[in-house]
Amino acid sequence: MSTSRQYELIYIVSPDAAEQEVTDLHAQVEAQVGRFAGELVKTENWGRRKMAYEIGPHKEGVYVLELINGSGELMKEIERRLRVSDRVLRYLVVRVDEELRAAERARGRRKTSARPPQAGAEGTPVAAAADDRDDAEVQ
Amino acid sequence: MADERRGGGGGRGGRGGRGGAGGDKGPGQRRSLFRRRKVCKFCAEKIDYIDYKDVRMLMPFVPDRGKILPRRISGVCAPHQRALQTAIKRARQLALVPYVSD
Repeated sequence: MSTSRQYELIYIVSPDAAEQEVTDLHAQVEAQVGRFAGELVKTENWGRRKMAYEIGPHKEGVYVLELINGSGELMKEIERRLRVSDRVLRYLVVRVDEELRAAERARGRRKTSARPPQAGAEGTPVAAAADDRDDAEVQ
Repeated sequence: MADERRGGGGGRGGRGGRGGAGGDKGPGQRRSLFRRRKVCKFCAEKIDYIDYKDVRMLMPFVPDRGKILPRRISGVCAPHQRALQTAIKRARQLALVPYVSD
């Protein structure tokens, strides 16, 4: 269990499903997260919303978003269960830790380049030039 | 100013491609009439992570037809267009954004 990754799981439940069924699905996900020693960071129920296109006979669906920290094995099991469930119209698992880290890095880079460049001017001319161009685009 | 020109050059390259089809001869003057400065929306607003769940952010880049708006029109920079592309494709899988419409 050394590898803990951050995942976003979204699934769309059929609009015919009762409130209870949505809760049950969530409970199922939660149980699996517990079983694989993961962590359920956040759950968001977007409720019923109109879909951009019909999936089967349905024009709207109940969207549920879950943020999960855990292993790939855990997500594999959750995916298997969602696939089996006939109330789930569609699901998507995205691994987000790397993307978020990249975004964080970009934010950090901007913060450092916002400071007036002084000493770096002679040291690394290429990098400095690239930074300048970035700034120009931002403004 | 120099950067602006370069951006315009990119746009011209794109349009030149279309002009090869023959249809773009007439409106060629339009090019010089209004050339607005194109700035990458995501750079300007300092958005580092293009979230596929944020439909309101994606929709301006998905015209009525449902296609992804090309960079030469929207002026988005290459790294952000790449991120935008995956975001739109993810959103499509979840029926947040259409594959096709009309």
